[in-house]
Amino acid sequence: MKASQQRRVEMLLRIFKIRYFEEAVKKQQQLGQVPGSVHLSIGHEATIVGASMALGKDDFVIGNHRSHGHPIAKGANLPPLMAELFGKATGVCKGKGGSMHLADREVGVVGESGIVGAGLPLAVGAGLSAKVRGTDQVSLCFFGDGASSEGSFHESLNLASIWDLPVVFVCENNMYGATSPAREVIAVEDIADRAAGYDMPSEIVDGQDADAVYEAVNCAVVRARKGSGPSLVECKTYRFGEHAEGLIIPVPYRDSEEVERWKQRDPVDLYRDRLIRGGVLSESQADDLAEQAGKLVDEAVFFARDSEFPDPAEAFTDIFKMPSAGQFEERGHE
Amino acid sequence: MSEISYFEAIFQAHQEEMIRDESIVLIGEDISLYTRAGIIDSALEARIFSTPIAENGFCGMGVGAALTGLRPVVDLTIASFVYLAMDQIVNQAARMRYMTGGQGSVPIVFRASMWHNASNAGHHSDRPYPLFMGVPGLKVVVPSTPYDVKGLLKAAMRDDDPVIVFEDNSLWFKMGEVPEDDYVVPIGVADIKRQGSDVTLVTIGSTQADSLAAAETMAAEGVSVEVIDPRTLSPLDTDTILGSVARTGRLAIVDPANRSMSAASEISAIVSEQVFDSLKKPVQRVTTPDVIIPFSPALEKQLYPCQSDIEAAIKKLF
Repeated sequence: MKASQQRRVEMLLRIFKIRYFEEAVKKQQQLGQVPGSVHLSIGHEATIVGASMALGKDDFVIGNHRSHGHPIAKGANLPPLMAELFGKATGVCKGKGGSMHLADREVGVVGESGIVGAGLPLAVGAGLSAKVRGTDQVSLCFFGDGASSEGSFHESLNLASIWDLPVVFVCENNMYGATSPAREVIAVEDIADRAAGYDMPSEIVDGQDADAVYEAVNCAVVRARKGSGPSLVECKTYRFGEHAEGLIIPVPYRDSEEVERWKQRDPVDLYRDRLIRGGVLSESQADDLAEQAGKLVDEAVFFARDSEFPDPAEAFTDIFKMPSAGQFEERGHE
Repeated sequence: MSEISYFEAIFQAHQEEMIRDESIVLIGEDISLYTRAGIIDSALEARIFSTPIAENGFCGMGVGAALTGLRPVVDLTIASFVYLAMDQIVNQAARMRYMTGGQGSVPIVFRASMWHNASNAGHHSDRPYPLFMGVPGLKVVVPSTPYDVKGLLKAAMRDDDPVIVFEDNSLWFKMGEVPEDDYVVPIGVADIKRQGSDVTLVTIGSTQADSLAAAETMAAEGVSVEVIDPRTLSPLDTDTILGSVARTGRLAIVDPANRSMSAASEISAIVSEQVFDSLKKPVQRVTTPDVIIPFSPALEKQLYPCQSDIEAAIKKLF
């Protein structure tokens, strides 16, 4: 099913939000405001937004280390996300998660894992939970081409398939695991081929085309929601920047011509132009949308910058929900 | 009270808690056919998931389910298999609450049985609980009696945090008194199994029977031994142990795990730091040496702490 015009406008807004958010993160890291390593989603926006917009508010998302775009695409407020990257107390994870772990339960983003492939079993579990609890929720897992070589990928697809769990596996295939070309370290060209081994339907889509991603993922979500089981959608996309910002790679591993060729298909420009050409938006309306996104990102940066760092004592909280020995008796028998 | 086996106590905990709380699901290899996990009520079958042999996958599935409204009990079958699921247990289950700033909790129970002293060799005989004592975010329990295993398993199933339960296979068919009525054994609370005044003997898991027997023998020689089972290793009930050592001034710890980095090592360190002045003699650890568990009974049986080792350690405290 195609996205409604209204939804397509919202998709463009979220694509702008991710792009501007990521550009701001890059700048703030260079300014020394964002500690640690950051893995940006620039280039992946159409994949992330197209997939996320095919979900409902109550559906679950589990992602990976390239995490910033996932909650934004699911509709999260930007200030707590940016504050998290600044390591501030107002961060969505109180400064305990950071760049690789921007989970936001408010919008159903249950977890983002810094361990490649580790989110896949979690997504299967969220699907199991929906099934056992008798809800019609769907669980969507974002993972990269690299994760498809992990045992957890294969175990997860098998588990989801044997019980027809409502899970949608969305591969953000950007063709490189850090610096390793997928063509050299993965036995198949298309990750989608791996679904066949688990009796699971799969589809390959142009990951730079938000509409195409939306339609494929929507189809998988509908299938999952009616109890027909999991699917895999492989989105061919490209990371415009480095694996992590500021990474010094002494030996070039991507052909500059290849990088330029992909940049010609910038998902932001492609979608903006398509909506204008299709008469969904005028040029000035598109500009307004971009400005709106830029303003929200600016506000998020101001919020993050003005927020306090967490109290050092905060390092010792949230380890357990029930931290005290013998706490059980205090709760009594429910 | 009725006398039941340790194994039956586990089954009763499963069955009673699944009836009490419909968010509990059982996940593990072979469970729906082989033992049925003790579930005799067919209405509960829809919540039992016999899995493929995919420890990391099904443990992670349990974590994902725990994050989204279920309370899974994941049976790893044999404790040596936990290594296959280390990523999901250590990186995900134990850390997800913290790393999301408390946005989600992981109410999950991992069960792992330790099959040592039964000629199962190096891939089935580990006692790996000390590894998990060094994992913040996990609660670690090692029950030693039918009463304790039922009560601790029930507490674990009601707990909002991840709990890993190590069961000693040699205890499965040991009998013990268990109340008919609902009860829990609170996590983090030790049990003094025998009162004494001269020596504190901390005993973990299956070493309890030999420890109590050693205490009995020593009593005949005029030495009064207090036997403490921590029951939970993380969080450790240090108050009970330190209080006892402050009274007796002598400590031996019996731990079937490998010697280095054992629970015995940690308890010894805590006691040395906190009540050093009470100690009349150096702390004694009675453990399994740092070797890989061999197959032949002629090689294996000598390795684990036994009654005579425990008595020898107690004698060294005088």
